[in-house]
Amino acid sequence: MEYKLLPLGDQAVIIEFGTEISTNIQKKIHLVTAYLDEQAPPWMIEYIPAFTTVTIFYQPAAISRLCNHRYLPFEYASELITSLLSSITGGKTSEPRVVKIPVCYGGEFGPDIENVAKLNGLTTEEVIHIHATGVYSVFMIGFAPGFPFIGGMSEKIAAPRRATPRLKIPARSVGIAGIQTGVYPIETPGGWQLIGRTPLELFRPDDAVPSLLQAGDQVQFTPISLEEYQEWENENQ
Amino acid sequence: MITIIKPGLLTSIQDLGRYGYQKYGVIASGVMDPIAHRVANLLVGNEENESTIEMTLIGPTIQFHQDTLIAICGGDLSPAINGKPIGLWRPIFVKKGSELAFGKCQAGCRAYLAVAGGFSIQSVMESKSTYLRAEIGGYKGRAFKKGDVIHLGQPSELSSKMVQAYKSHLSSDFFSDAWTVDAGFIPIYQKKSAIRVLQGRHYHLFSKESHKKLYTEGFEVSPQSDRMGYRLMGPSLTLEKPEEMISEAVAFGTIQVPPGGDSIILLADRQTTGGYPKIAQVATVDLPFLAQAKPGDQLHFTEITHDEAQRLILERERELQALKQGIQLKFA
Repeated sequence: MEYKLLPLGDQAVIIEFGTEISTNIQKKIHLVTAYLDEQAPPWMIEYIPAFTTVTIFYQPAAISRLCNHRYLPFEYASELITSLLSSITGGKTSEPRVVKIPVCYGGEFGPDIENVAKLNGLTTEEVIHIHATGVYSVFMIGFAPGFPFIGGMSEKIAAPRRATPRLKIPARSVGIAGIQTGVYPIETPGGWQLIGRTPLELFRPDDAVPSLLQAGDQVQFTPISLEEYQEWENENQ
Repeated sequence: MITIIKPGLLTSIQDLGRYGYQKYGVIASGVMDPIAHRVANLLVGNEENESTIEMTLIGPTIQFHQDTLIAICGGDLSPAINGKPIGLWRPIFVKKGSELAFGKCQAGCRAYLAVAGGFSIQSVMESKSTYLRAEIGGYKGRAFKKGDVIHLGQPSELSSKMVQAYKSHLSSDFFSDAWTVDAGFIPIYQKKSAIRVLQGRHYHLFSKESHKKLYTEGFEVSPQSDRMGYRLMGPSLTLEKPEEMISEAVAFGTIQVPPGGDSIILLADRQTTGGYPKIAQVATVDLPFLAQAKPGDQLHFTEITHDEAQRLILERERELQALKQGIQLKFA
């Protein structure tokens, strides 16, 4: 496994697997984070996976004690990480989890869907069809709790961010920005073109794993009617 | 039990942060000034990670419904009990019924109130820190309001020993220990010459001109600054040539530069990841100075090597350990 180790400030190491976003790198990151979960090295505070990196945070004093103060923390943390990564036996990547996200497209929930259709010379039905037949992968979770950065959207329904961002985007809105699609877990300001809304909560603060989606997951969007949406919401309240 | 008589400007419960959930996009939160928080806890016999009350610029007014051992550390917001000024950075035993209030902000801008036993509130994702935007953690997920009532936790054995030692001295409102932490520990927030920074991950992508400006010119903390980050007004910093970054983890003290050229220092409520180029990273040992800067303050930066920054952290941790042991010995 090829990678570079770089410092992030004086309490973290960035493991960089490359400089381009690719599924190959995503697989490596998935492998590494699964291994970190399994091993849970006691000197690690936590890790943050991203498109091409995994950043590991550590407590400098704890690392220093571990090596009897012979090395500076970054040096020894790098050694620990190198040895950890070398013990990963490649190949046993598990099949990605597939998560189905029901979406009520258009109407009040998706005020920008007509705009997206017009920009691409399509009907709104075609936009929905293209969006809902795609198979997407979750590259990383970030920006907001449970917010997935999703890759794999068709360029046929790409649309630039709105010139003026909305001050409030309702939670669970589904949007498009460039060739990305995503779902807002909590109400935040934002500039994405909104095409629908899901009744599913993406951020679940009371659960042991507080995010519906995780890096490495595959996502499919399923169109539902307004009635189905409301039924779904009632059931989950 | 304590009651919030007046909430102050932004008063919330924080601990050292919510760690282990950033991979799900859940921000770390936690105190802005970890040293003041940790020392305040040590001074009342708590674990360093116990929750404290963080107050900002205008402190709250708090009534104590039981005899309580407290300590206030960090910025000087002119604390007083029943109108009598009290000192920072020392244990104070407060009599039931007394009122703690704050006045003019003399130095810094954030103070930490620790009480023996901490605050009896539910942890959310293993932390008592208030995550204001998502409205979780702390006291009902929000900053304090008038009339809020907070129960105190069970004091440690050390706290109980301290209370025993102070009890006989308690006459009217409170007893303040004459002993305070070592002067070397008490940061002088107004006299800080320059904040030490390490080169950021994308430092080399910035223009020579920007490198020079970073270390020679002043940056003003803008009014659009909060616990999430300080927006800086000052020289515009630019990349040698425009380049798109790939989003990745950021840390407390990361200085990032959006395309507009105005820098942002990421703080306690920072996002977990960011896609702007990182020019520098504030050394951990200087985070308290940053946390105590307020809108309108001028910041200057000076470079420190990665090795030196690490040595300073280890030295700081040794000092904190020594303080902890000193307190234990004093009340053994």
